[in-house]
Amino acid sequence: MILLREVSKTFGDKVALRDVNLEVKEGEALAILGHSGAGKTTLLKIISALDTDFRGVYTFKGIDVKRDPGRVRKCITMVFQHPVMFRGTVFENVAYGLKIRGYSKSYIQERVEEMLESLGILELKDRSARKLSGGEKQRVAVARALVLDLDVYVFDEPTSNLDIENIKVVEGAIRGLIKRGKTVIFTTHDFLQARRLSNRMVHMEKGEIVRIGKTERILSDMFL
Amino acid sequence: MAWDYIFEGLLEAFKLIISGNPELYDILLRSIKVSGLATLYAGLIGVPIGVLLGLSDFKGKEFVKSIFNGLMGIPTVVLGLILYLFLAPAGPLGFLNLLYTTTGISLGQMILILPIVVSVTVNSIESIEEDIRYLALTLGADESQMMLKIIEEASPGILLSLIMAFNRAIAELGVALMVGGNIFIKGGEMNTRVLTTAIQMYVTRGEISMAIALGIILLSLVYLVSMIVNYIQRRWVEA
Ligand SMILES: Nc1ncnc2c1ncn2[C@@H]1O[C@H](COP(=O)(O)OP(=O)(O)OP(=O)(O)O)[C@@H](O)[C@H]1O
Ligand SMILES: [Mg+2]
Repeated sequence: MILLREVSKTFGDKVALRDVNLEVKEGEALAILGHSGAGKTTLLKIISALDTDFRGVYTFKGIDVKRDPGRVRKCITMVFQHPVMFRGTVFENVAYGLKIRGYSKSYIQERVEEMLESLGILELKDRSARKLSGGEKQRVAVARALVLDLDVYVFDEPTSNLDIENIKVVEGAIRGLIKRGKTVIFTTHDFLQARRLSNRMVHMEKGEIVRIGKTERILSDMFL
Repeated sequence: MAWDYIFEGLLEAFKLIISGNPELYDILLRSIKVSGLATLYAGLIGVPIGVLLGLSDFKGKEFVKSIFNGLMGIPTVVLGLILYLFLAPAGPLGFLNLLYTTTGISLGQMILILPIVVSVTVNSIESIEEDIRYLALTLGADESQMMLKIIEEASPGILLSLIMAFNRAIAELGVALMVGGNIFIKGGEMNTRVLTTAIQMYVTRGEISMAIALGIILLSLVYLVSMIVNYIQRRWVEA
């Protein structure tokens, strides 16, 4: 489904990604680990078709992403490392993706409330999204992505800076996606989380993929 | 003695305001209408220019922005003079018959405040974080939906630009005086007297209490509008 061939990305003379080859199949749960600055966010932005200014080839379901990023973005959504909120209420934030897809008001109302409920933030519905705590914002960001029925969900360090309670909720939501057969790609600094959630794993260093394979395999390799 | 003269003027002024002096309120309403129209025109033209400029990315962009920025501080007397020269019967635009009309003042003030509307709109569009663009896109917005979202995010700033523009328009004298001519005939329909030109006239005539009364009204109006701006910034910009 996702196929990257020799993808490289530079910022000025700083190399952020070097010759990345990666294939992600439908229904896979892929964890990306690597030190800070390894290029994880850069890679996720390319996968999510938010950044098409790279060298190499990336095709999504056979679509050349550089040619038609708009079409690819309709199938993939990314939850950012630092939650970004639109102006307005929590409800308006979560409803946005459905609204631009032209769903009816009553359907949106129902879906959004259902989603907020399942993430335990229904009572925040009418609060101003930008005035929430970090953990609350992260739950909103997850709800905003999950309310959409897409092929691929990308999470950039979804639980860094969260307390146990929030981690449980967010991981639960991600696990739900995986159970439903969705393709999930996430970055993390937490080996145990990679183990809990993923079946395949990528280890990145300095913009390159140094290891890739079954999560259990990679983890045991790394610690031997 | 020196102070008496001011206090007396103030006392008379309050009497005029409280008694609802019709001439006073006639002038106030005209001022609001003339400068309100100027703001409306400037908004209709300036907001789209500002939005396009803010969203676009081309080579001479900073240069274009600096032109609008520079024009924000244009002296109203100079603009008034230029407009007079153009609109005078012998001038190149004399055939429009806009000299000494309220429409003429509105159009002149529109030119005066257009740079404010454009510049402040551009700034508020550009101040929307790049992350907001990415967020809209990753939630499935196409280019035009993403732009709409950015305009929505910038809307308090855009509204702010309009309010600032209105305040500048209603408080300026140069254009209103030279293009409007401060015409006032009791019951007349072609009157062009506004707050600033009236104040100027009453002072030169020595009718201090009328001048002070109008000054208080203008000041209150500008202050009120500034307070609205403040309120919007607190309640909406942070929301
Ligand atoms: N917009 C940018 N301009 C310049 N350099 C950038 C930019 N974005 C990322 N980089 C650089 O590219 C490299 C990879 O950054 P990236 O954000 O992908 O790392 P990361 O693996 O996500 O790190 P972290 O775990 O800290 O989030 C870093 O050296 C970073 O400084
Ligand atoms: Mg990162």
